[in-house]
Amino acid sequence: MAKLSLDQLKSKANDIRKLIVRITTAAGSGHPSSSLSATDVVTALYFGGFMKYDVKQPSDPSRDRFILSKGHACPVLYSAMEQAGYFTEEQIMSLRKLGSPWEGHPNMRKLPGIEASTGSLGQGLSLGVGHALAAKMDGLDYHTYVMMGDGEMGEGQIWEAIASADKYKLGNLTAIVDQNGFQQTGATRDVLDLTEFQPKFESFGWHVQTINGNDMGEVVEALTNARKVTDRPTAIVSKTKKGYGILPVLETTGDLNYHGKPLSSDLAEKALALLDSNA
Amino acid sequence: MYYGEASGLKLGAAPRDAFGDALKELGASNKLLCTVDADVGNSTRTEVFAKAYPDRAFNVGIAESNMVSVAGGLAACGKIPVVASFACFLMDNAFDQIRMSVAFPRANVKLVGSHTGISIGEDGPSQMGIEDVALACALPGVAVVVPSDAPSTIAATKATVAHDGPTYMRVGRGKLAILYPDGCDFQIGKAIQLRDGKDVTIIANGLMVAAAVDAATALAKDGVNCRVLDMHTVKPLDHEAIAKASRETGAIVVAEEHLHHGALGAAVCQSLCQHAPAPVEVVDLGDQFAESGDPDGLLQKYGLTPEAIVAAARRVIGRKA
Repeated sequence: MAKLSLDQLKSKANDIRKLIVRITTAAGSGHPSSSLSATDVVTALYFGGFMKYDVKQPSDPSRDRFILSKGHACPVLYSAMEQAGYFTEEQIMSLRKLGSPWEGHPNMRKLPGIEASTGSLGQGLSLGVGHALAAKMDGLDYHTYVMMGDGEMGEGQIWEAIASADKYKLGNLTAIVDQNGFQQTGATRDVLDLTEFQPKFESFGWHVQTINGNDMGEVVEALTNARKVTDRPTAIVSKTKKGYGILPVLETTGDLNYHGKPLSSDLAEKALALLDSNA
Repeated sequence: MYYGEASGLKLGAAPRDAFGDALKELGASNKLLCTVDADVGNSTRTEVFAKAYPDRAFNVGIAESNMVSVAGGLAACGKIPVVASFACFLMDNAFDQIRMSVAFPRANVKLVGSHTGISIGEDGPSQMGIEDVALACALPGVAVVVPSDAPSTIAATKATVAHDGPTYMRVGRGKLAILYPDGCDFQIGKAIQLRDGKDVTIIANGLMVAAAVDAATALAKDGVNCRVLDMHTVKPLDHEAIAKASRETGAIVVAEEHLHHGALGAAVCQSLCQHAPAPVEVVDLGDQFAESGDPDGLLQKYGLTPEAIVAAARRVIGRKA
């Protein structure tokens, strides 16, 4: 497990964003914009010293867990795990191809280090509650992180999970809402406006922080604070931009949601050049 | 009156009670075993386990979706979670969670549905699990077990917990006749022949096994010789026992307390067509919801009786080539 400095984390996030663009364009399908919004948080988890993991022992019972409930954003997970040494770049370039275990949504039965098979939205936090309860049963001190999307918060099961995490005072559980403001058919506030998440989580007894989830400094601070709270679960409402990192390129398409579609080779080239200029 | 009485069988415990007791017994030595409930533990009898091992029993409230996925998370950490609710609320309310949090990742979760069939009685059709077996069978890799009395429910509870992978077990609400001795053998996927015969085979599970025995008793008085198979496992199905019955008796009756589509009747017909064709008659609930009423009256009204099995046996024998 790595612990990079703030500048190194920013640079790592940039590398991961480039991989996301490249593997989804190579696949010819997928959800790059949903992955790019979440990249800073995922980067911090894997490389900011927050997640305890050993690539050589991916099933170590004491490992920390990261469950990507918004499974369609798996390009960010595969790319971060490639950077961590779980996979090679050549392997993740097979994303979504017939026979590849790097499927369109995460499949825990096909890949090491993938904690949950997700893709039917709303189930990840409940799975995380299960992992957190198991830790308590076994007297292990591992931490479970679960990332949901803001559109995904429309699923009622998540609120069942939020209530149960409060009941069992799961201080070993952190939920992150990647609030990128869009879902499949439009802006989240237009499709199903859940207004602010902070007071909702608070009313269920959770510790809550609302941050700019594309600001690595704020991300690191929030994840640090989350680990200090041990008597109840923590939520991080991570306000992000869908497609963050390549927004000027998406602006040229007139579609700032850009949901569930890869960049063309031409646009990918522009996006990669833009990301290179950040490096 | 109870099914099996006419054949001299004694009345035993309800499957759900046998299940609760078996779970508690298993929990003493199996520390991986835990329960996740949606606040009906006193109905499903997981409360017997929960009272004995409170630190391994979780009641997440009336939230079946969360219940199933929490169990998926526990299983991913090596636990053996038992998830029980009314069959309809478990299988229907949480079907997507069973699909994605249990079946797809092959999580070692033990699903248990109580209040199955129409014999739950007065609570009425909203509480009756009548499509649960079809739903469970639809999912890849889920073993589906429908035991027929208290001793075999105890054995089935042990067998499903020992099974490596997801299982669904039906445990009925009412008391049933005792068909097996305590400590009986029970292998998932292996039918049990209760009676041998050459004229027709009755393949049944759950409460309809004792009814099948009564039907065989009645038919024997008329010189009709019935084989009775307890097909307690609907998936994986015992194709060998079915094909053997087809070849040796030439006519099949299937009896189950379930809707017509997608469960034992469908599975047996498919198996026969593929492996050893024979005429078949089915005794089931058809394609309808039932109603409130007393259990015996309901079973009579909806034709889930030894008499219905006898009539089906006569019809199917008449269709023999």
